[in-house]
Amino acid sequence: MTGSEDRRRQMLDRIRSALDDGTPQHVREARVRERLGGASPHLVPERARGGAAEMRAIFTEHLAAQSATVVSVASAAEVPAAVAGYLRGNNLPMRLRLGGDARLSALPWSREPALTLERGAARADDEVALSHAASAVAETGTLILASGPDNPVTLNFLPDTHIVVVDAQSLKGHYEAALEAARQHMGATGLPRTLNFISGPSRSADIGGKPVLGAHGPRRLCVIIVG
Amino acid sequence: MTSPTKSQPTVGLFVTCLVDLMRPSIGFAAVKLLEATGCRVEVPTGQTCCGQPGYNSGDKATAAALARQTIAAFEGLDYVVAPSGSCAGMLKVHYPELLARDPDWSARAKEFAAKVFELTSFLVDVRGMTSVDVALTATATYHDSCSGLRELGIKDQPRRLLRTVKGLTLVEMADAEICCGFGGTFSVKYPDISNAIVEKKAASVHEARTDLVLAGDLGCLMNMAGKLARQGRKVAVRHVAEVLAGELSEPPIAASK
Amino acid sequence: MDVTAHAFKENAARALSDSQLQRALAGLPGGLVAQRTAARAKLPEFEALRDIGRDIKNHTLAHLDLYLEAWEKKAREAGTIVHWAPTAAGAREIILGICREANARLVTKGKSMISEEVGLNAHLEAAGIEVVETDLGEYLVQIRKETPSHIIAPAIHLTQTQVEADFRRRHTHLPRDRVLVEAPQLVNEARLILREKFLAADVGITGANFLIAETGSSVIVTNEGNGDLTQSLAKVHIVVASIEKVIPTLADLAALIRLLPRSATGQEISTYVTLSTGPRRPGDPDGPEACHVVVLDNGRSALLDTPFREALRCIRCGACMNHCPVYGAVGGHAYGFVYPGPIGAVINPAIIGLKEAHHLPNASTFCGRCESVCPVKIPLPNLMREWRTKEFATGGGSLATRLGLGIWRFLARRPKLYHLTTRLGIAALSALGRRRGRFRWLPLAGGWTRHRDMPAPQARTFQQLWAEHRAGVPR
Repeated sequence: MTGSEDRRRQMLDRIRSALDDGTPQHVREARVRERLGGASPHLVPERARGGAAEMRAIFTEHLAAQSATVVSVASAAEVPAAVAGYLRGNNLPMRLRLGGDARLSALPWSREPALTLERGAARADDEVALSHAASAVAETGTLILASGPDNPVTLNFLPDTHIVVVDAQSLKGHYEAALEAARQHMGATGLPRTLNFISGPSRSADIGGKPVLGAHGPRRLCVIIVG
Repeated sequence: MTSPTKSQPTVGLFVTCLVDLMRPSIGFAAVKLLEATGCRVEVPTGQTCCGQPGYNSGDKATAAALARQTIAAFEGLDYVVAPSGSCAGMLKVHYPELLARDPDWSARAKEFAAKVFELTSFLVDVRGMTSVDVALTATATYHDSCSGLRELGIKDQPRRLLRTVKGLTLVEMADAEICCGFGGTFSVKYPDISNAIVEKKAASVHEARTDLVLAGDLGCLMNMAGKLARQGRKVAVRHVAEVLAGELSEPPIAASK
Repeated sequence: MDVTAHAFKENAARALSDSQLQRALAGLPGGLVAQRTAARAKLPEFEALRDIGRDIKNHTLAHLDLYLEAWEKKAREAGTIVHWAPTAAGAREIILGICREANARLVTKGKSMISEEVGLNAHLEAAGIEVVETDLGEYLVQIRKETPSHIIAPAIHLTQTQVEADFRRRHTHLPRDRVLVEAPQLVNEARLILREKFLAADVGITGANFLIAETGSSVIVTNEGNGDLTQSLAKVHIVVASIEKVIPTLADLAALIRLLPRSATGQEISTYVTLSTGPRRPGDPDGPEACHVVVLDNGRSALLDTPFREALRCIRCGACMNHCPVYGAVGGHAYGFVYPGPIGAVINPAIIGLKEAHHLPNASTFCGRCESVCPVKIPLPNLMREWRTKEFATGGGSLATRLGLGIWRFLARRPKLYHLTTRLGIAALSALGRRRGRFRWLPLAGGWTRHRDMPAPQARTFQQLWAEHRAGVPR
């Protein structure tokens, strides 16, 4: 055995013998298999169990309380205008970095010729990023984003401003349902490199005790809900 | 004083070593209250100390020995009542833990624990006492001793009874539930930290601007009284039983005659 | 780090007279404590979730070897390189090895108490690697050459004035006349400085709040985004996690994530919860090229068949120390090792030994507030008492204490002698103190009377008076 296999064996054996209470190993293994095989939610809070309209209201409320801006549009076609409007309204450059997400590419960007779109991972001098969420959670106003060529992870953290488009249909009441939706969207390949839960702009209370926005991640988060 | 039940249960008074040694008037106040609810009070002489000093210093053997001694001393009585949340907690919560693996005593310890109560909890929760028939024109604030609060759920019971004392106004101080810094041997092993904690408590008491500060544990009371006296504060410190029983002939704790 | 737990009393004395520290600590009740209370009030299911959290952790710990194996399998399937480190020294060596292989000159770090525990930074720096803490609070203590004083808010002991002074002292390339009065100005300065480091880092090291067996992931729970920038920008991502961090499934994560932020800062959710699984995938335009996870034991497996197993449920929220009257009086540095407050009093002796850490479980009033706020219901006072029991069994404790306890033990077990002796002792003491009602000083009670008066006893013992009462003698 190599040194590292030695250490691994040593550690696992030590743990196993410390836990030995006479239960046969195959019984322990069956318990673990069962637990890993199908996990239903432990307890879903009441607040996360309402109907679609109620969940949308809670989602919006939480995001706003966590210092995000929330914009609602009736259809995907209105997204480019919403983006342009947000950037103008905040005196931000009309220049976006985004990934290859088909849902974003398919939008009528030609309606906003002032907007410049650049694709790929975020660069140090990018000021605005645009992503599409995989799903969302109403109970705490949380977006779930999956990394990859469609939505590079650095878009979520490097630029000062992050705009996230989310389909109202992908909004679930509670975490477990939203994770299930995200998992299905990814198919059988398992999780991507990063799954980010994002619930507002970056902040820190380490100096002065009160939260200050824009600690390291984006200072601004704008969420556009479609539908 | 009112009490709805007619039976006359026997109550063994667990005096506590602090009440026994430092302030017996609390014991007599407790007896008066218990008798008012129709109980017959016994004071077994086989009791000395609940065992906390040893238990909390890591001497489980002595604590277990004292547990057996105490359980035996109170055999045959319907209830065991202590004018102290920490001693009642020791008897009710920790005795069964200490004797869990003793085949001769673990069942006895559980039976014993089931009949142990802190004083105000016994009066209100078991005997159904709803008021006391005493008068005292004063303002008072109540300190929630930690063990009583967190091990036994003593919070509402003393306040309910205090509110029926004619002329007494109960005022809640800030941070009533925060430790006073006594912690038994802690107060002498880490006196400077204990002092820092009791200074905060003394400030809360002082800011409540009441005539009296009350609690259900003499350890806490001696700690607070000692600090307030050193600070030259005028607030009087008493055990809640003294007020509820109208037993005020003795001067408050740490006060001169 | 320098371990000074044995000097707890001296540390505490210094802390008590440190007015800046006391000012900072005075913010706890209205801050983190009030915030948790408010968050709990807004979630009716909070208490039920505490039981669930405890049960999730208990089940996992009882099957820890199997869950670690399951996690490892999934992690490796995703391309993670897993390292097993039984000791702190081993973990340091492994991490240094990975950094050397990557020709690392600059390492950025997200907050990791494990990395503090194994003394990682000093080890890497000794090998010529620059290490930069990127969590704002960690950065603040790093530039002061201090250690964190709280597991969630590392710089909680610092005032804003101190931070301004530190920035001016350290960031000498910036204009001297710049304004640094408001907190946003200070945060912004740190942001600009650390951004350069994120972009230039060769290796990014983060901790893990959880490892998820079902997916082979590691999870960090943050507000700043520094942990994410640390792990996404560098070529190599290293996670340091201790064995008890593993939990079975995403459903378990959901339950625990409802408890952790609320207990830590009163937030319903932290800004970012990140699940990282392996390195970048083929076709990913960003993310690390390599992802390593170093799994550390360092004394934890030794606790599994002891009562201290319960302490391994800890999800590192910090609620216990926020609510502790002792922590509130002396702050985190007094504890002299990585973990302060009640959880520190319980786990530090397991990591650095009882002899070194013996003061920590002793310096508690057992008020129980910690246990009452622990999201996974760890019986912290009971576990501190277990350490005291171990210490007593090995003859620890001061001579005065052992003597006092010896006398108490002798008398308490002999009721007749006890009642007689106390009767005499109290009569004597009472005679001395009767008039004034209190003592300003008493022999053997110097610890008490240094700061407080000692109330005088009444003339007789209760047992004495009761006997007389029973005999018909009027009071």
